Amino acid sequence: MTDATAGGEALPKPPLDIVPLLLPVILALAMIPLIGSASTWVTLTVASLAMGMMIFIMASGLTLVFGLMDVLNFGHGAFIAVGAYVATLILLPMAAWVQADSLWQNLAAVTPAVLLAMAVTGALGLVFERVLIRPVYGQHLKQILITMGGLIVAEQGLYALWGPQIIPLPLPAALRGSFIFGDIAIAKYRLLAMLVGLTVFVVTMLVLNRTRLGLLIRAGVENREMVEALGYRIRRLFLGVFMAGSALAGLGGVMWSLYREQVHASIGNELMILVFIVVIIGGLGSVTGCFIGAVLVAMVANYGGFLLPKLALISDILLMVAILMWRPRGLYAVTNR
Amino acid sequence: MSDMLTLRGVHTHIGRYHILHGVDFTVPEGQTTMLLGRNGAGKTTTLRTIMGLSPPSAGEIDFAGASIGGWATPDIAMRGVGYVPETMAVFSDLTVKENLVLAARSGPFDPTRLEWIFGFFPPLKKFWLSRAGSLSGGQKQMLSIARAIVEPRRLLLIDEPTKGLAPAIVMALIECLAEIKRSGATILLVEQNFRVAEAIGDTVAVMDNGAIVHRGAMAALSGDGALQERLLGLSLEAHQ
Ligand SMILES: Nc1ncnc2c1ncn2[C@@H]1O[C@H](COP(=O)(O)OP(=O)(O)O)[C@@H](O)[C@H]1O
Ligand SMILES: [Mg+2]
Repeated sequence: MTDATAGGEALPKPPLDIVPLLLPVILALAMIPLIGSASTWVTLTVASLAMGMMIFIMASGLTLVFGLMDVLNFGHGAFIAVGAYVATLILLPMAAWVQADSLWQNLAAVTPAVLLAMAVTGALGLVFERVLIRPVYGQHLKQILITMGGLIVAEQGLYALWGPQIIPLPLPAALRGSFIFGDIAIAKYRLLAMLVGLTVFVVTMLVLNRTRLGLLIRAGVENREMVEALGYRIRRLFLGVFMAGSALAGLGGVMWSLYREQVHASIGNELMILVFIVVIIGGLGSVTGCFIGAVLVAMVANYGGFLLPKLALISDILLMVAILMWRPRGLYAVTNR
Repeated sequence: MSDMLTLRGVHTHIGRYHILHGVDFTVPEGQTTMLLGRNGAGKTTTLRTIMGLSPPSAGEIDFAGASIGGWATPDIAMRGVGYVPETMAVFSDLTVKENLVLAARSGPFDPTRLEWIFGFFPPLKKFWLSRAGSLSGGQKQMLSIARAIVEPRRLLLIDEPTKGLAPAIVMALIECLAEIKRSGATILLVEQNFRVAEAIGDTVAVMDNGAIVHRGAMAALSGDGALQERLLGLSLEAHQ
């Protein structure tokens, strides 16, 4: 780039901010000597990536909702739990197909379950936005209270409909087991989770960077008023993002329940803390930050749980504190708030 | 000649503050109307009120045959207003091109119009694919104005375009605004720099304390030093 600066022909390119991208890599490499055994390290790393991708799927919509409309939605966890329960409506009656030894029969049960879960959580997102969030735009305290209330109502609704007991949700037969390379085993389902997460990330990035809709979303995250002053109804845009984010949370809920092989209404609450940490670490409104944040949070949980089990509960909070001390607005700051 | 925009008794509250106290003025079609007044007089709030960003609490705003007081901002924009805010508000994460893509609501760029804009804002062509955030202050202002004129609009609201820019860039901007004016645009321009106002204003409205205190032809104010002194006081001295 030396010739570009001569004669002031081009602006200096802002340096590509890759430090955050390197963080998970550095963290993973630094763990090799601490963990010692290569196969354990691979298992923990794969587990981290799989868990990270599932959390990313749940968190991606929330970060855009934060960024775009400055809405603090503490009810996002409701979509995670509802998604999981709705999937059981198909997966339990079709248990025979889920447990069949044919990949096709497994898919014939799982695909409609996932689609139904996403459709229901997307529609629930519509209701949630219209009924709970619309009246409290711009009022953070009320947003927190009313969306938390929404989460509690949703959770109690699930208890009322399905009862308080844990529902077992076995993995489809074709997704059980591992691929074995020497003494290293990689669980098939973890691989699938990584694949789905990566796909969601790539598609989201393509939409945000290559489509007019994506440009509007990015512009709206930065300056809502100006997007409106250009003639775009940002409320409608926001509703679309909100519904898509809710549907993704539903997808994440199904994936997480299959991972845990059980469904319980408390997963909404349980995962919300991680999801919020991820959104804050990543920088409100940044999908890339959210992606990296999710991987970091999962790595700290997995490596930390192995090395320092006593710190497992607070390790992710410590991670958040450390990152915010380094970058107070998160890994990638995109909003002006 | 008809009036493109008319404000009658417009009041605006922001939170519990009463900012505009009955603003009255008109913007004639095809002319450039200057909105002058010292800092804090309410000029920016007036433009934001017209744009629906700080909606009026009382009074009437007529624009191109419709009563737009109380309309939502996107609807006001769609009726044909281009807005260049005081803060420029370019989307810094987007490229110059992407900023203009969003501004060109009705579809692909009109190539002739784009070349016309590049003619007086050459840096926009040069940095077409650069992030808007990496532009200099003057270039961001060019982009902000280009966004408002990338398609023909009935009315342009431009808020202090020369603020904080180096004198050489200010001169260039005046030329551009004059060129936009010659193209037949109707402009409501807020400007602290009296020389700029003299150079391109046809009519003028002067604000103080949230109300209009003088209206008339720019030439009349230009030729009356005592009136300038009374209306604009300090801000005039600052530029002489
Ligand atoms: N968001 C706001 N909250 C409270 N007061 C405001 C706000 N915006 C503007 N004001 C007040 O309104 C008055 C007019 O401001 P403004 O319209 O920005 O003036 P100008 O553009 O003429 O300098 C000022 O006294 C300013 O302090
Ligand atoms: Mg102002």
